[in-house]
Formats: sequence, structure tokens, C-alpha cells
Amino acid sequence: MRFAAAALIATLSLSARAKETVRIAFVGPLTGGNSAIGLGGRNSADLAVKLRNADAKAKYQYELLVLDDECKPDAGVQMATKAGSDRTVVGGVTHYCSVVAMATVDTYHRFGLPAIVWGAVLPDITYAHDFKEIHRVNGTMINQNETNAKFMAEHGFKKVAVIHDTTDYGKGHNKYFSQFFGKSGGQIVATFGVTADQQDFTAELTQIKAQNPEAIYFGGLTPIGVRIRAQMDKLGLKAQFDGTSGIVNDDFIKALGPLAEGALAFREGAPAEKLPGGKKFLEDYNKQGYSNPPEAYGPFAYAAAELLMDAIEKAGPDRKKIIKELANVKDRDSIVGKITFDDHGQNTVPAIAKYVVQDGKWLTWEESEYASGKRKLTGGK
Amino acid sequence: MSLSVIAQYVMNGAMLGMMYALVAVGFTLFFGVLDIIQFSHGDVVAAGAFSGLAAWTLLTAAGMTSPGLLLIAVIATAAIVTALLGAVVARFIVLPVKTAPQLNVLLVTLMGGTVLRECIRLFYPGGSQPKLFPALLPTSGWNIGAFHLRFDNVILLVAGGLLIAGTHLLIGRTRLGLAIRAVAQDEETARTMGIDFRRVVLVTFALGSVLAAFAGVMDGLYYNEVFFGMGLLLGVIGFAAAILGGLGNMYGAIVGGFLFAALQTVGAVALPFASAYKDVFAFGVVILLMAIRPTGLIGESASERV
Repeated sequence: MRFAAAALIATLSLSARAKETVRIAFVGPLTGGNSAIGLGGRNSADLAVKLRNADAKAKYQYELLVLDDECKPDAGVQMATKAGSDRTVVGGVTHYCSVVAMATVDTYHRFGLPAIVWGAVLPDITYAHDFKEIHRVNGTMINQNETNAKFMAEHGFKKVAVIHDTTDYGKGHNKYFSQFFGKSGGQIVATFGVTADQQDFTAELTQIKAQNPEAIYFGGLTPIGVRIRAQMDKLGLKAQFDGTSGIVNDDFIKALGPLAEGALAFREGAPAEKLPGGKKFLEDYNKQGYSNPPEAYGPFAYAAAELLMDAIEKAGPDRKKIIKELANVKDRDSIVGKITFDDHGQNTVPAIAKYVVQDGKWLTWEESEYASGKRKLTGGK
Repeated sequence: MSLSVIAQYVMNGAMLGMMYALVAVGFTLFFGVLDIIQFSHGDVVAAGAFSGLAAWTLLTAAGMTSPGLLLIAVIATAAIVTALLGAVVARFIVLPVKTAPQLNVLLVTLMGGTVLRECIRLFYPGGSQPKLFPALLPTSGWNIGAFHLRFDNVILLVAGGLLIAGTHLLIGRTRLGLAIRAVAQDEETARTMGIDFRRVVLVTFALGSVLAAFAGVMDGLYYNEVFFGMGLLLGVIGFAAAILGGLGNMYGAIVGGFLFAALQTVGAVALPFASAYKDVFAFGVVILLMAIRPTGLIGESASERV
């Protein structure tokens, strides 16, 4: 027995000598209302690490440190500090929730830890500072809302009421949607800021109903999105539900049942199966037998982890060198399409996908029966 | 603002008020018999909703389809589970520390509530997500201008009212109620008159918790959605409503519940700032009212306990 243990230790140290182990962090919401997306992102980053470790050509053995930010700024800063202060961690794939990503920017800067945001869409995360540590593979809510506003205007929605949560995330959505919708000739008839854990929306919705808008734009995340859509029905409020990337997940449909039908949402990038490397990604993902799907942002987490490991392969496991290396990312092929970081570390993603719920599934607008005219959105043309 | 829109606001506020009142009556009952605040009461509400949801899930999986029978099963399960839960809280958390300083009771019940809430989140399948609660009542309704009156809301409102009236009758007209009132007035004297103190306490906690269960099921049926953290704010509001009305007084709890709902509605509708501040407004007014009337709107001196 003792011999066996000694032999095991010997082999382990041998393989360790053969390849140096490098640790990278994944931070996302693994518990709480947004955990489905967080777990999908975690699995996707884990998949990237596993595939890289299986690759004989890789110079290092990678290890993923998984941290839970609970979609709460205070927990996020704690986790960012944990990753930053751990000198064995050389980089991070960080955050889905915008409030958290925003709160942790300073922490990563202070520790000099290169971070690649994989899901948060608030523009300020990359644009409000000059920190070289912060990067982002997904697009911002500016692009998303421009497409959303144009789409609504083109489909004949002229009067829209806005409900947004009063976090930076919700406020940002409201700002950009209202701006672009106004430019497209639409009219915002009412705007409501609500708290992110509010239960009852009947007072706001009653006021909206009196204004008789053709659609309700919702800037926020799944839990209150579900409540608002359900309570619209309770009040007999017949208007199109128009959401953001924050509701594109299976939980939204599960919690609403048939009421989810026809809900619209917009998201940066394209659905996994339509991405350049999406098919292979999904195959690899399914082979691992994870208990949760990758969800909307899984491919971005995968691409972020890939990008980070590419930089480590080139520059070595040194935080400063990795940051320098990431500054050179230009026209890099990834499963979410070409990635180019501008001087703020922001990827300039071109594509925005339009989604609609049809028969309990998020479909892209183009493949839905709503686009072909077989089914109709509520209100509008 | 047209009349039909105002009617809609009143209906929305009445639904909220009924839920708050049901929770507040529980707080007031517990305070009446034991002079304590049971801070896990809000989470008992969530436990009631989730046990009802569990019953629905199991029975539909077993092939039951009649909404009427399902509704009865949901309410019965929620009531039984919370009645037991309330009695267990009283027997094992509250009574053992009864002679200790009041702060200890507050602390243990607060922690008990956290345990209960986390248990739902961790052990209920998919408990960390908002769950779909089935619509078991007829969903048809009438449109009167901008006012959409739904049949299920009317049923819930009437049922809630009947439940509170029933509780009132139980306390005012039965032998059990007499025992509860006796304990509330003077524990020592009640004991010497041969009243089983512990039994009365357990029954009161069970009774208050059943009201909470109904509030939970009502919440689920009204919003078609339940969430493990739903009891947190509901508990604080119920408590505030009970204090506002005058702790220990049933009418006070009812008045407090509806008043708080009215404040929230006004805060969201009539005030110029964002509706995100409606809770800030409502709680602010509660603080103000407490400063003016420290013993609540219906003070103890003006009325009999429980």
C-alpha cells in the first residue's frame, strides 16, 4: 500500500515536471436566479480547459479555479480578490452580471490580473476606464439595443412602454433602447425603474395599460422578467413583450409555460449551432455529459478561456506578459466569430441575433413562424 | 385618470393588502399569546407555497387532472405542513427560550427563518429558480373599460376575507379562543384556571401558520410564480403591518396590512419619482406613523388583546 502511494506520488511529480500547471479562474453566478447561465458558462470554460489539456502540443497543464459571484457585487469583489491575491492564478474568465463585472473592474486592475468578461453587456465595463487588464469577448448593450429598436420600428411598433431594473444593467438598457427607438421614429410612452427583486408589478402595469402601448420593452434579468410577463396577463394587458439578452435562457420559458410564447429578445453573437465553430463546440460539450446546457453565453465563456490560454501559451504564465499579449488580439478566429480587441479591450462583435419564443423554445427570428408570417406578434403591424 | 383605472389600482392594492393582512394576523396572534416576535413567519409563507406546489407536482404526475381536487389538495397540504411547522417552531425554538431575554427569541426565530429559506433553495428541485405555480382557478374575467376583473382574484379575495373572519370567530366565540384570549391576558392566571398553556401556544402557532400558508398559496395563485426568497419581504411587510396597526390586535393587523398595500400603490402611482422607491415611501410613512402613534393605529389601551 505504502509502495503504491509512493509510486503514485512519483508519477504525479513526474508528470508535473513534464508540464507546468497553470491556474486560471472562472467567475460567474453559480447560485441564485441567474445560476443556469453561470453553470453553462462554467461548463463551457471547463470544456475549453479539458480540451486544451488533452492536446499534446499544449505547453502547460491548465487548472480551472471556479468561483461563485452569486450575481451580487459584494460577493463578486470577494471572489475577484480571491483570484487576484492568489499568485498561482494568472488570468480570469469573469462575470455574466453587469453590476458584478462593473464592481470588480478596480479589483482586477489593483491586482494586475488579466480578466476577460464572458457575458456582461454594460458598455462602461470596458469603456469607463483605461485599465489594460479588462477585456470582453461579447458585445455591449449598445449594439444589442440598436438592433432591437430598429426591429421594433420596422415591425410597426410605434408606442412602447419601458420597464427596467434600477441597476446599472437595467438603466443602461433603458438609456440605449430609448435613444435608438426615438431615432427610429418611435415613442416611449412611459418609463418605470423597478427594484431587481420586486414581486408585484400590478401598479406599474396598470399605469402602462392606461397608456395603451403596442409593446413593453423590458431591460432586466429573468426573475422579474417572468413576473412582469405573468402579471401582464393577469391585468389583461395585451402588448408585445420585448426583452433583452438577460432573458434568453430556458428558465424564462420554464417559469412562464405557454405565456412565454411570442416573447422577443436580442443578444450579441449568434446561437451556438449557428456560430462558425458552434457545431463542434456542441458536440464536444455533449460528450462531456454536463448536467446543464451551455445556455446563451456558454460559447463566449469557451472563447474567453481559449483566448486566455492562447495568450498563456505564447507569453508564458506571467500576468503582465499575458496582458501585453491580449492587446494584440486582432481578427482572431474563435467559435463566436472573429475577435478583435479595440484599445479598451472590447471585442467589436458585428452580429446581433434576434430571438422569439415559439412552442417553448428560443428560436432565431429568421427560422421562426413569426418571420414567415404564419404566426403574428401581439400589436404592431 | 379614469374611474376604471382607479378601480384596477384598488383591486391590485386589495389583493396585496389581503396577503399582508393574513401574514400580519399571524404576527399579532404570536405576540398576543407569548409576547414574542416570530421572525421566521415570512419563510413559513414560502414553505406553505412550496409544499402546495410539491403536492400539485406529485398529484399531476400521478395523473390527477381535476383543478378543483388539485386545489383542495394544494391548500390542504400547505395547511397541514405549515401547521406542523408552526407547532415545531413553537415547541423547539420558541418555548425553550421563552424565559430568556426577548432578544434571544428574536435571534433564534430569525436564524430559524434563514435555515428554512435555504432548505427550500437547496432541497426543493430547482429551488433556486423562480417556479411556475399552476393556475387552478378559473382565469376568465370581465373587462370594464381599462379595468380587468379576474374571477380567480375575486375568489382569492373573498376566501382570504372569510379566513380572517373565521379566525376572528374562532378566537371570539369558541372555548379554544377563550383559552387563547385567557393566555394572552394573563398567563399565570390562565394556568391556575386549568388551561394547558403549552397546548394553547402550539395551537396558536399552528393557526397563525395556516393563515401564512394560505397567504403563500394565494401569492402563488395570484402571481403564478413562487420563489424561495418570497417570504423575506412579505415577512418584513407583515411585521410592519402588525406593528402599524397595533401589535396584539387583530383589527390592527388587518388595517395595517391594507394600509401598507395602499401606501405601496400610491408610492408607485401617484408620486413623481421612479416606482422603484415605492417601498422606501411606504416604509418611510410607517416610520412617521410610528413616531406619531407609538402603540399603533389601534393602541392596546383602546382594545382587548387578540
